[in-house]
Amino acid sequence: MIRKPLRPLALVLEARAAGKNPGDIERENIRDRHEQARDASRSRAESRLLVLILAFISLFALVAVRMGVLSVSEPMEPQSSYSGPSIVAQRGNIVDRQGRILATNLDTHSLYATPQDMVEPELAAQALSQIFPDLDQQDLLRWFTGTRKFLWVKKKLSPEQKQAVHDLGEPGLKFGPRELRLYPNGSLASHVLGGASFGREDVAAAEVVGVAGVEKAFDDFLRDPTYAGHELQLTVDLSIQSAVEQVLRGGMMLMNAKGAAGILMDANTGEIISLVSLPDFDPNDRPAPPTKGNPADSPLFNRAIQGVYELGSTFKIFAAAQALEMGLVTPDTMIDIRGPLKWGKFRITDFHNYGNELSVHDIIMKSSNIGSARLALQIGADKQQEFLKSLGFFEPTSVEMVEASGGRPKYPKDWKDISTITISYGHGLSATPMHLAAAYASLLNGGYKVTPTLLKRDFYERGPRVVSPETSRHARVMLRSVVKEGTATFGNVPGYAVAGKTGTADKPIETGGGYYEDRVISTFASAFPAYDPKYVLVVTMDEPELSTGIEPKRTAGWTAVPVAAEIITRVAPLLGLRPEIEPSAQLGVTQSSN
Amino acid sequence: MKVLVYVAIFLMVIAQGFWAYTENYETQKSLAATKRLQIDIANARAQLGVLNAEWAYLNRPDRLRDLVDMNFDRLQLLPLRPEQFGQVAEVPRNGLLADDFIERVTVSVLEVEE
Repeated sequence: MIRKPLRPLALVLEARAAGKNPGDIERENIRDRHEQARDASRSRAESRLLVLILAFISLFALVAVRMGVLSVSEPMEPQSSYSGPSIVAQRGNIVDRQGRILATNLDTHSLYATPQDMVEPELAAQALSQIFPDLDQQDLLRWFTGTRKFLWVKKKLSPEQKQAVHDLGEPGLKFGPRELRLYPNGSLASHVLGGASFGREDVAAAEVVGVAGVEKAFDDFLRDPTYAGHELQLTVDLSIQSAVEQVLRGGMMLMNAKGAAGILMDANTGEIISLVSLPDFDPNDRPAPPTKGNPADSPLFNRAIQGVYELGSTFKIFAAAQALEMGLVTPDTMIDIRGPLKWGKFRITDFHNYGNELSVHDIIMKSSNIGSARLALQIGADKQQEFLKSLGFFEPTSVEMVEASGGRPKYPKDWKDISTITISYGHGLSATPMHLAAAYASLLNGGYKVTPTLLKRDFYERGPRVVSPETSRHARVMLRSVVKEGTATFGNVPGYAVAGKTGTADKPIETGGGYYEDRVISTFASAFPAYDPKYVLVVTMDEPELSTGIEPKRTAGWTAVPVAAEIITRVAPLLGLRPEIEPSAQLGVTQSSN
Repeated sequence: MKVLVYVAIFLMVIAQGFWAYTENYETQKSLAATKRLQIDIANARAQLGVLNAEWAYLNRPDRLRDLVDMNFDRLQLLPLRPEQFGQVAEVPRNGLLADDFIERVTVSVLEVEE
């Protein structure tokens, strides 16, 4: 750049010659120079501003474009990262305590029709009615030729059926993928599992929802994608469940019973090893709930959990145990049992006449109503209620099945002395066999309350104490003698020291007003081995009648007890219990006195 | 000197361009492979599910019981009974029952002592 001098000699000389001030020229030039510098710096600043503006505009544009792209883009699973077992997002499996499958999923298809796409509706209707015998050809034809644009033909297809339909080549018949809930063991443990059906349905997919049993109780867990790949492990053992069910079914037929229920429970943890209610159903094809008749006669009805029955003499041990616990009596205290016991307008009698007095031990062994009534009167109504409440007889059981809340015990609102008397031998208070099993477990395991559960866990918390270990031991000895020499001698299984109590209760007439004379609920509640109870077994039979003798036999000693004994014979080896010689009662007494 | 630097930078840019290009394609290839693998895993899982279901169905207690009944002539299988529990002494060792075994050992020990 050629720098212009501030005082060009030529101009200075000229100005001098003209008599002007040469300094003006210099000032003029300085001013020019300043102006130029100012122009240059302005244009530089302007261009900087422009760059800045452009930068900001492009940054904001970038953000805006990115936001726009994000908002219109399809959601996509990140593919590069490991996504674990959730690849197959399915309803969780249900397995038994040894991991054997009780419920799983199978991919299948549903069949739907779009009649407007159909080429030959008549042929399709005819072929479909041949593939699915339960569909009516005329109905199908009416639907296919009607005004409907869409209809479901079948909710679930087997692969063979799908192929057969596919082979028809009818463009109006279409398949939608479906997930089928499969119970491979059929009717086994059907009441525990419940069943599942389709919830919201679409052509492309349908949600599977649990409708009963653990399927419904754990529906949220089973459906939750965050638990995908996790299994729901139950405490039920498949082979033991199968053995119990087989024996119970045989017993039910032999005893001409209308129904039966069996519960096998761990006496210490409350784990339900087996829960059977007969008649049962196939959860793969769950029958519709009954719309008429007594719901308790439906195969869907779970007698073990929902069936609220008067459980009869099985309750006597509670009166005896409480009297022992309160220190009112010892097992050898003699109680006056002269009958009939008159209380107001009621007369309490015994099944047989057992003489004038019996010890507490013998009251249980011989099952004396009058004896247990006398014990209950000594205890008093309030204390009796308190004790039965502590054993859980006032609330539905907390078993993890939706049906459990239906098994709400029935007890008198107004607990009079006569209630105290009748409840002491199991009349006037109705509860489910599950209540009884939990109460027997709590009473006999050393006195810790047991909460029945179906959910397998690593650790079970021990419940609060309900009776002292001493009372629990006395109760075991008394119940053992019931089986050894009392009302349940058929229940003796060599090597397993069964202890238990029978109960035969007349069935109340459904329409109200008294009891049937020839219909009973017979129950046997037992624990084995008696000296260290590991398992509790409750067997209940609805209206059993053994017609082998001269007159029909209905008492539990003839009906429920032999069935229970057979169950123990079958199941104890499967549980890994080796038959053992029972330590003598004498030995037990010496040990405890030390 | 300057020219050399410019040439070097230019070559580096070209090289990086190549690198980015190949990396891009490699990534896309691995993504595609992952996708394929995941589909394979999903299929394998589905198959496993079916096989497990089939296994459970074939091993259902009702069926096994029927099979045992049908093949009773050959297998003579019966439900486990309490009587079937044995003592360790009842287990034959080297073809000998434990009692015999102990006897024989005692005899041989005695022989050695003599």
